[in-house]
Amino acid sequence: MDYMSIAYAVIVLSAMGLLFGGILSAASKLFAVSSDKKLQKITEALPGANCGGCGYAGCANFAEAVAAGKAKVDGCPTGGPETAKKLSEIMGKNLEEVERLVAHVNCKGGNATKLKFKYIGIKDCVSALNIGGGRIICPYGCIGLGTCARACPFGAISIKGGTAVVDREKCAACTVCISSCPRHLISLVPYDRPVSVGCSSKDKGIITKAYCDSGCIGCKLCEKACPENAVKVENNLARIDSARCTGCKACADACPRHVITVSGKSLQMEEGAENNSKKVM
Amino acid sequence: MSFAQLFSLSIGAILIENFVLVKFFGCCPFLGVSKKPDTALGMGLAVIFVMTTSTAVTHLINEYVLVPLDLVYMKTVAFILVIAALVQFVEMVLMKLMPSLYQALGIYLPLITTNCAVLGAALLAVDKGLNFFQSALFGFSAAVGFTLAIILLSFIRERVGFSDCPKAFEGFPIVLISAALLSIAFMGFQGLKIF
Repeated sequence: MDYMSIAYAVIVLSAMGLLFGGILSAASKLFAVSSDKKLQKITEALPGANCGGCGYAGCANFAEAVAAGKAKVDGCPTGGPETAKKLSEIMGKNLEEVERLVAHVNCKGGNATKLKFKYIGIKDCVSALNIGGGRIICPYGCIGLGTCARACPFGAISIKGGTAVVDREKCAACTVCISSCPRHLISLVPYDRPVSVGCSSKDKGIITKAYCDSGCIGCKLCEKACPENAVKVENNLARIDSARCTGCKACADACPRHVITVSGKSLQMEEGAENNSKKVM
Repeated sequence: MSFAQLFSLSIGAILIENFVLVKFFGCCPFLGVSKKPDTALGMGLAVIFVMTTSTAVTHLINEYVLVPLDLVYMKTVAFILVIAALVQFVEMVLMKLMPSLYQALGIYLPLITTNCAVLGAALLAVDKGLNFFQSALFGFSAAVGFTLAIILLSFIRERVGFSDCPKAFEGFPIVLISAALLSIAFMGFQGLKIF
């Protein structure tokens, strides 16, 4: 056994390793890029989801923009108030309270809307809309094929009873779903405001009634029920003013068609949807 | 080597002995980074860059260090060392001198450090007894073959994503089946072999 050859191999390889190590450490000094400590701290404080909700390509780009003072410290919708607070501490700026937002689907029609035809094709809302303007008669409503659910990086959207429903706890308000919806049904609402309108139909009540069992008919009962004048019916559609809403839920109780949801849910809708889905199947 | 032989070497590495689909090197990035065509292209370009330089450099190491010292049997270990160091070095140089290129390739470079396709190209080039230029060409061609395969799979995956496949095959299983079918298609290139 030639022990010398083993020792020889070990020595040569160690020498090579040392040489490369030396070159690398020299290179790291020679090619060092001065990185901002502030930038590093900001990057650490961000959630790192790279969702693009801030409008920048990723968390790293947003961090650069914040460090350069180009972006606001509360520009990260995913991190919400907590991240905004951390960033404002790092940047040494005072910050007004940022309220948490969540996505809300302005349609709860689902299986309560009447169908034009049975759609068998690519399970994608954009594709479905290209065929006869979508399978549902309602020109405003949710197609229910889950393009938004697939777009959501946090798995917060699911299709329940034929309509997209947002899980308010999981939602990070990154706005990815808003741009994915071909019917522009999703908007951000304050998390603290319990009531939301689950319809986008601007048609007159009698027309809406003809194609959807749970659409807003513009009856103005909610407007009358609201003690704070926060609910307004414009273009045959109820709107809630977040600034005035106190969350008393009087409008939700008053709505004869259960269009106004409480915390994204309405019991009547879920029961109705189940019955209806059996009929469709 | 004549031009025809060089051409044959190149076509051989790209199509006939495609690194991913025929030799099954580098399956990890092939399946992992092929979700979107953009990222697949970025990964492919990074692999082209690293593979060409690493095959050339490992050829030099083999020719002027390992062969004279009679240590050719240690080439696997030596090449891993060289490739890892080279990728780190290139990353640093790019970060300093070409920030825009670093932005495009940066995230993929560390992934390639220990990629078996890169090591495989270096070892095969030595086994084939290629000279410096031929080694670099072989590494480049093999990486082009890898890029071709990963981009093809990324397009297939985008289409498969929209199709209505059985529940049991959803997600990764259907990707593996697509990759297998793609691999069978590449078997057809076996007939192109000249030399």
